[in-house]
Amino acid sequence: MTRQIALIITFVSGFAMVASAFFKPVEHWGEDVAEWFNVLAAIAFVLGAANLAKVHLEKISSRSPGWGYSGLTIFFFTFTFAVGLMKLGVHPMDKFPAVAMSGEKDAEGSAFWWMYAFVMSPLTSTMFALLAFFVASAAFRAFRAKNVEAALLLGTAFIVLLGRTFAGVVLTGWLPESLSFLRLENLASLILEVFNSAGNRAIIIGIALGVAAQSLKIMLGLDRSYLGASN
Amino acid sequence: METAAATASSWFDGDRAPLLGWLILLSMLVLASIAAARRGKKFPIRRIAGLVAVEEAVGRATEMGRPILFVPGVQDVDQMMTIAGLTVLSRVGKIAAEYDAQIEVPTARSLVMTAARETMQASYMSAGRSDSYNPDLVYYVTDEQFGYAAYVTGLMVRKKPATCFYMGQFFAESLIFAETGNAIGAIQIAGTAESSQLPFFVAACDYTLIGEEFFAASAYLSGEPDQLGSLRGQDLGKSAIGLLMIVVVFVATAAAVTGVSGLTDAAEWLRKLVGG
Amino acid sequence: MSLLERLDIIDRRWIFLLMALAVSIPIIVSGMTGKTFPESATPTTQTAFDTIESLPAGSKVLLAFDFDPASAGELQPMAIAFTRHVASRDFDMYFATLWAPAPPLIIETIKSVIVAGHPHMVYGVDYVNLGFQAGNESVLKVISTDFKQSFTVDARGTPVTSIPMMADIKSTEDFDLIINLSAGYPGCKEWVQYIVSPTLSGDHGTELKLVAGVTGVQAPQMVPYWPRQLKGMLAAIKGAAEYEALVNASLMEANPGLIISPVFNEAQRRMAPQLFGHLLMVSLIILGNVIHFSRKRAGGTAVKALRSTP
Repeated sequence: MTRQIALIITFVSGFAMVASAFFKPVEHWGEDVAEWFNVLAAIAFVLGAANLAKVHLEKISSRSPGWGYSGLTIFFFTFTFAVGLMKLGVHPMDKFPAVAMSGEKDAEGSAFWWMYAFVMSPLTSTMFALLAFFVASAAFRAFRAKNVEAALLLGTAFIVLLGRTFAGVVLTGWLPESLSFLRLENLASLILEVFNSAGNRAIIIGIALGVAAQSLKIMLGLDRSYLGASN
Repeated sequence: METAAATASSWFDGDRAPLLGWLILLSMLVLASIAAARRGKKFPIRRIAGLVAVEEAVGRATEMGRPILFVPGVQDVDQMMTIAGLTVLSRVGKIAAEYDAQIEVPTARSLVMTAARETMQASYMSAGRSDSYNPDLVYYVTDEQFGYAAYVTGLMVRKKPATCFYMGQFFAESLIFAETGNAIGAIQIAGTAESSQLPFFVAACDYTLIGEEFFAASAYLSGEPDQLGSLRGQDLGKSAIGLLMIVVVFVATAAAVTGVSGLTDAAEWLRKLVGG
Repeated sequence: MSLLERLDIIDRRWIFLLMALAVSIPIIVSGMTGKTFPESATPTTQTAFDTIESLPAGSKVLLAFDFDPASAGELQPMAIAFTRHVASRDFDMYFATLWAPAPPLIIETIKSVIVAGHPHMVYGVDYVNLGFQAGNESVLKVISTDFKQSFTVDARGTPVTSIPMMADIKSTEDFDLIINLSAGYPGCKEWVQYIVSPTLSGDHGTELKLVAGVTGVQAPQMVPYWPRQLKGMLAAIKGAAEYEALVNASLMEANPGLIISPVFNEAQRRMAPQLFGHLLMVSLIILGNVIHFSRKRAGGTAVKALRSTP
């Protein structure tokens, strides 16, 4: 019964989204459905937080390997939540100077802003920067001319890697104007704008059709595996 | 007559009529193919290496006594790639249940956790191993993209899963996952339609489901007539669009080269027909 | 074990160390000397610059900052360069974002460009910070028809109905240009799909112009939309450096003797570490292939460490 309800909701929501794209009197339906989802996702935060607490508190209580990390997670989760909720260090708004909590929680100088600027910002930047190292090791290991296609890929990579830096200018800048299309920076642009565009368009069309067909299957209840039901 | 047209334009977005036409055509092709499949018509499906390897990868984890890691992407259940990932999870979960292998599913969204739990529970039930299902192995980590990446890679280094699945929508964290998985010697199978991340998965994983292959996974893994029929309908739609594109390119090129007004009008009409 | 065999199974941390050196030494040297490489604009960058240059006086420009601190290394120099260019033309600037972590980046940009460089500009009259709005593409669908339904107040909590420069804004079609800085979802692709594409056909009158700055990974995915849906695009830090050079040259031409602060050369300074990082990668790929072919010649099997997608 629960799954039948879920299937009905899926069909109605999907139909509303499709109808809103074509029929003017109901064009707000799509936005309404998206807003329902946002409300649901916001409520689900509570579920997520409860699950996070449960998983890590269990790890701490059972002293399972890495329980110290769980302790840190719980501590910083609670700390961040409290800082945001209590608006620690927030400056009052000009309009309400007597109300200490009237300012924005993430206004400059507040505790939340400090955490953003000096904890979250450097940590996420560090994680992103790891890509430079991983790209290098992946390139060393996997970029080998094992066959003609791989060799072509390799050649393209060289042109783009060199053409997107000053190395391209140094290596091929001497070519006369009549042969300027052979300069590495121009070849890199050509690869991006012509060959890459063509390939990407094909992938985009294929993916769009795949999404449309998958959506249809889900709307009609032909694919219910995501609900934990067999078809 | 004009009043009727004005009334129609007040309730229907005429600019999108070609799009609606294509949508109806694709739906008809999919439904007709499903009906044909139900009548017993066989639709062959090409071998997809990444999906053939699923059973072997789960078996390897069982033999080694190490867990399986399943990452359903970093987006919510309103994204089709997440749904496609959960579809693959249902099959992987069933095989894992049959082999009695442990499968861990950290998620980056609360709703994905809830959906993944339902999926896993049903998989264990259909494998006749409901008693082995542990909901605590499907859990929420954080919505923060790199916080999630840090957790998952930490988990990989500590638990050293024998097999890692990355099925869903990924962004910059894709290479972080795949390289860490490679470093711990795991078999890695990825699937995404996020074209910007495909090169990273292709370079660092053992198998990658590219775009459409990812959406075809449920049909391939189940082999059910409905699923195979829908796949054929999708392919027919793609062929129709491909054919029309060739015609448009030919007519537009001819119009540009010859300058014949009839061809220019035809090219413009075709452009509108494809929704341009 | 031969040298090549040893190199083949090298601990990847050595590669990490080499990359760290290849990036950090040029950063230090370029920081000390202040020297940068000359940049010439690629067509995607040049069209972005020309699109802004071609706008008439009094144009309204929406700057959508859809990125977070993680991708600020690539996108913040673009954000600064775009804002400088738009501010130098005295256009009205509307800042907004669909990413929760982006508001501090908007504030930082406003401070370093508008407050420091254009103190005559008045908040609410010449520029406004509309802050963050949750809801991803559903926000875009709403603002394409009713801007004030989604952005009801600005980042300071002031109702938009009482902000003078918001009076003429009913939907996104009232902007003369949208500049989007995109690091993923929601981002450039969604702006194209929900905001620009509907104005390209039918009875919408004028086509809405969109210019984007995107990360290196996103660029191949977005370039098919150029030059129709995207009037210009800065691809990665290279695009940022090219654009920065164009903006600096244009400002120096208009104000001879102008001294450019190092903050406004940031993208160009980052091209030095990019050069050496790329050179290292090319060297590693060549080395990997030397190992591969030497093994093949010796009749060896595929390299053990090698994993690849069939």
